[in-house]
Amino acid sequence: MQNIYFDNAATTPVNKNVLEVMLPYFCEIYGNASSLHSFGQEALKAVDEARAKVANFLGCETNEIIFTSGATEADNLAIMGVVFANNYLEKKIHIITTEFEHPAVLETCKYLEKQGVEVSYVKPGSDGVIKVEDIEKEIKDNTILISVMYVNNEIGTIQPIKEIGQLVKKINSERITRDPSTSSSLRSDSARDDTLRQIYFHTDAVQAALYCEMNVENLGVDLMAISGHKIYGPKGIGVLYIKKGTRLQKIQHGGHHEFNKRAGTLNTPLMVGMGKAVELIQTRDLNKIKFLRDYLWQELQKNIVDVSLNGSWEDRTPTNLNVSVQGVEGEALLLGLDMAGIAISTGSACSSGSLEPSHVLMSIGLSHEAAHGSLRITLGEENTKEEIDYFVQQLKQLAEKFRQMAPK
Amino acid sequence: MYSSIVLEHFKNPHNQGVILDADAVGQVGNPVCGDIMKLYLKFSEADKDKSLEERVIEDIKFETLGCGAAIASTSMLTDLAKGKTVAEALKITKQNVADALGGLPAVKIHCSILATEALEKAVKNYSASLERPSPAV
Ligand code: FES
Repeated sequence: MQNIYFDNAATTPVNKNVLEVMLPYFCEIYGNASSLHSFGQEALKAVDEARAKVANFLGCETNEIIFTSGATEADNLAIMGVVFANNYLEKKIHIITTEFEHPAVLETCKYLEKQGVEVSYVKPGSDGVIKVEDIEKEIKDNTILISVMYVNNEIGTIQPIKEIGQLVKKINSERITRDPSTSSSLRSDSARDDTLRQIYFHTDAVQAALYCEMNVENLGVDLMAISGHKIYGPKGIGVLYIKKGTRLQKIQHGGHHEFNKRAGTLNTPLMVGMGKAVELIQTRDLNKIKFLRDYLWQELQKNIVDVSLNGSWEDRTPTNLNVSVQGVEGEALLLGLDMAGIAISTGSACSSGSLEPSHVLMSIGLSHEAAHGSLRITLGEENTKEEIDYFVQQLKQLAEKFRQMAPK
Repeated sequence: MYSSIVLEHFKNPHNQGVILDADAVGQVGNPVCGDIMKLYLKFSEADKDKSLEERVIEDIKFETLGCGAAIASTSMLTDLAKGKTVAEALKITKQNVADALGGLPAVKIHCSILATEALEKAVKNYSASLERPSPAV
């Protein structure tokens, strides 16, 4: 029986070196990093080092790094934190996001919408890439936050974060220099005061961290979320970068941890693991993954008729391949492949609890039938060419079997 | 998520295929997730003078485009219906199908409904054709 893992966008295994550095912080160096005695101080030292590694990875100051329980919490903190800091109950404020965000962002925005916040959901192009002009078109005087994911988790497409960062910078400098009395807005003076405050730019960079430029300065982001378990680190830990000066209200209350932005006892072992995981990113061989992914796509086209690529080929991380196999259903393929020892994922309606096809595939204009037969393959560094060959052979058999089984 | 019986029927479905000279054919689709099921029935020649309800389903085959539960449900339905009279077969419920499969996840019950609906549809199509001996185009 084979054991082939092609679902690295869902989660990655913990790297052995990462696990190793974490272990002492469970039973030996177990002090509370907030304690003043040496047990605590020893733990704090490890936390500080981990924070420094993350700061180094993102090119920021250590006090701009907040550890959270994961990227979902980091996204919640970023979006709700900015909105709550802006007196959202009294004023009409506006945020911009995209139709194909991860639920951590999308559902947070929908929740805020119910609370009276105005939200614009920008549609990506059919290539799965957001156009900067489409973001620009949505910006209004009362826009205070833009949240655009760095890499889409299903189709792996890379979004123009740097360009959106530049746009936000431009708009912000115009806002500062603009005379409020010439504002075309009809809002009351007091409201205008606040709405002329800057726009913050947040990105969920969970799927980008292994593959893309992550320097927050170069990208021009104010808030950025990453996750441990997508980068060969542990589950249950994430990071939110919060640029100095960002007006953000905490959403979890308690002690004064994490620069008073996120209450809760510091999770020393997971933080240490996160620090190691980002440190190891610099040493990764992306060419190998890219070679395998390109080979996989080539072999699929060669061996299976009627497969189509979902999302841009060029603007895509090297790990991701998302295809639609016409005339079959994705969950059946997933199950059949699983029986053959291969793990992939699908955007088929049948596989979702809601029986809705993937919102990502719908947002890029796929038909229901194409979404029905969609497969996401996300490669990791342990994968081999032999595994790809075996997968293609298995998928070919299954596609033939299910196509033959379907009503003509 | 799926019982071992579901997985077995998914892997090696029973009565999968087409009956070229079928007496009755029924196809249903699921607007929710895009699933399609088609059933072919062949009645016993021996009881051709009996009423439709009393006729025995001698052979039954299915075609399905859908998830694992859909494939297993139609496979199981064909097992349950084969050799039964039409009246008996029409009494098979989604619950009977799900139970025989060792249970289905709640979100997959609609896949088993589809199987029973395909059978009803096939019988309905057939009786409609009986009422119109020379079928209108
Ligand atoms: S066929 Fe879609 S959920 Fe079963």
